Amino acid sequence: MSEARAQILGAIRRSLKRGPLDAPQRAEIAARLAAHDRNLVPARAASLDHAGQVDLFQRMAEEVETTLTRVASAAEVPAAVADYLSQKNLPARLVMTPDPQLDDIPWGTRPMLEIRRGRAEVTDQVGITGCFAGIAETGTLMLISGPESPTRNNFLPDTHIIVLRGEQVAASYEEGWSRLRAARRAADGNVDLPRTVNFITGPSRTADIEQRLELGAHGPRRLHIVLVDDGPAS
Amino acid sequence: MEPTSNAFKENAHRALADANLQKALGMMRRGFPNKRATALARLPEFDALREQAKAIKDHVLENLDLYLEIFEQNVIAQGGQVHWCRTPQEARETVLAICSRLDAKTVTKGKSMIAEEMALNDYLEQHGVTPVETDLGEYIIQIRKEHPSHIIAPAIHLVKEQIAESFRQTHKGLDPARPLEEASALVAEARTVLRQKFLSADVGITGANFCVAETGSTVIVTNEGNGDLTQTVTKAHIVMASLEKLVPTLEDLSTLLRLLARSATGQEFSTYTTLSTGPRRADDTDGPGEYHVVFLDNGRSAMLGTEFQDMLRCIRCGACMNHCPVYGTVGGHAYGWVYPGPIGAVLTPTLLGVDKAGHLPNASTFCGRCESVCPMKIPLPRMMRHWREHEFERKLSPAPYRYGLKAWAFLATRPPLYRFTAAVASRVLGWIGAPHGRFRSLPLAGGWTQGRDLPAPEGRSFMSLWAERRKAGP
Ligand code: SF4
Repeated sequence: MSEARAQILGAIRRSLKRGPLDAPQRAEIAARLAAHDRNLVPARAASLDHAGQVDLFQRMAEEVETTLTRVASAAEVPAAVADYLSQKNLPARLVMTPDPQLDDIPWGTRPMLEIRRGRAEVTDQVGITGCFAGIAETGTLMLISGPESPTRNNFLPDTHIIVLRGEQVAASYEEGWSRLRAARRAADGNVDLPRTVNFITGPSRTADIEQRLELGAHGPRRLHIVLVDDGPAS
Repeated sequence: MEPTSNAFKENAHRALADANLQKALGMMRRGFPNKRATALARLPEFDALREQAKAIKDHVLENLDLYLEIFEQNVIAQGGQVHWCRTPQEARETVLAICSRLDAKTVTKGKSMIAEEMALNDYLEQHGVTPVETDLGEYIIQIRKEHPSHIIAPAIHLVKEQIAESFRQTHKGLDPARPLEEASALVAEARTVLRQKFLSADVGITGANFCVAETGSTVIVTNEGNGDLTQTVTKAHIVMASLEKLVPTLEDLSTLLRLLARSATGQEFSTYTTLSTGPRRADDTDGPGEYHVVFLDNGRSAMLGTEFQDMLRCIRCGACMNHCPVYGTVGGHAYGWVYPGPIGAVLTPTLLGVDKAGHLPNASTFCGRCESVCPMKIPLPRMMRHWREHEFERKLSPAPYRYGLKAWAFLATRPPLYRFTAAVASRVLGWIGAPHGRFRSLPLAGGWTQGRDLPAPEGRSFMSLWAERRKAGP
């Protein structure tokens, strides 16, 4: 390819006092990449049972100004959303991603909620999305992009509401990756990552002015999770 | 940015006399270190993770050529492009060529130290492309026409009154009656102005905290979400990265991420950690149409295999500067180039040449705190010492310093004489400084004692205590 490329790679090898790696060395690195071995995973979440992990998720999320309502079934989600909005004095007009995860929620039971499904626009005040996983270790949400989940919906609306299923709570980032690889593995064994994976831990913030924490720098000012705690993990 | 690192002394003098800066630095010294300590106390595995992180990066550096090739392959497989640039000029031209092809008028930018290193903004501006910084701190210093003074908190040298004044000067249409005393009002004002910029920008440029070889993904870590809007709503996403950002797998990435936020801001995890892999997919309704990774070497390949290789493990968390007594006293601008604090003292002479930054390694007390807090266990003092010796050999140091060091070397190589002199000097200093326990000024060390007091030696020297312990047995 380019001359610069060859020169840079050549300079690296010269500095390391060797030529290109030979076949066995390359195979070793290919094996390391394919193994996906985990390094040390802290005991904090890994040592808990699933219910304990869900509780830890909630505690860690609340520590970073995420708010959270727990409901027992999908049927209760619309009421939880409506209550949250009225409590915060927010409009009941929402943009919702066309995510099939949200399809089994009986939104019609709360006709006051005015829902548009699609990509968020600048004028949307409140957005609602699903997610791929919740990481208990730090109360982090893992979201992935796709035709049903445009990334901008995670950032444009001032208030971001996320529906998370209990079974989606995973102990660690590593567990999140394992689940993502499993979900995205094609027939040929290759994993096709989505264009964007967003790990979100609390609402947008900045401390760039005198180290004072302010919420809502560019992304959402409010991050609210409705956790559907419907039984043990599969 | 024209380096002024050789003027460290003058820069430092100015910094010490700057009341706003001193106030701002006071807030920093109280802030970051406490938060980091709290976060570490909550993660008993922290030290074990450091060891593993160091091993991961060492392994990558030993095999860097192959990891870069694998990363490139995977970027291409996902429909992206990788550009290799030896020098800042090549990198500037590469970025401009992409912008010109897309007929870009405005680019929004997430924080990128590499973009700072290659002075990208000035270059784009000269060629008719308007760069808009979107990280709040970067935005503030951009409108003030300043440079970042900290790698993770670029506007840490400012107090809010200065920021309010800059907003009033730059934001046309800002109601003069609108109060901007509170930080929250300033954040809201910047958010409104920058929202418009995001939406009208053609190209988004971000840095990369990591590049994952396994997947061809680049990773950014932010708290504001600016880097996400930057890359999501534009035609093309350009990622600026230096060669050493590679990590093998997503698992390795996870290990490094556990160290980064805790070391940087004391957060358990930063608000946004984002992996970007290629351009938007065919059926996506969102995301950039093009994805480019621009690698800049700029002297890094030459650091491999030398005493400076360890520096390439750096994940730019900023802990070393947050804990550095010199940085905490003079701030980042005194270092005169892109990287302040201990990493600046090592990187600036390495990347720019010792003649442009030879005095920086002297901007250190060799207290060792930077190395002890570094999550990647980088021996910063050892590397500074190396440059210091190198500089001394080349006789670039000012005369009083050279004579001082020579005298020290003369004594140090003659242990009995050293012990005697040290004992005398210690007593004399102890006696002069005794009433307050501190020296307000010392001959030959004015630059040091102006911003802080040198503690007077208390009692006896380390070596005499050591000798006594040895005699007494364990
Ligand atoms: S040298 Fe270490 S402490 Fe300093 S920024 Fe790099 S990783 Fe962080």
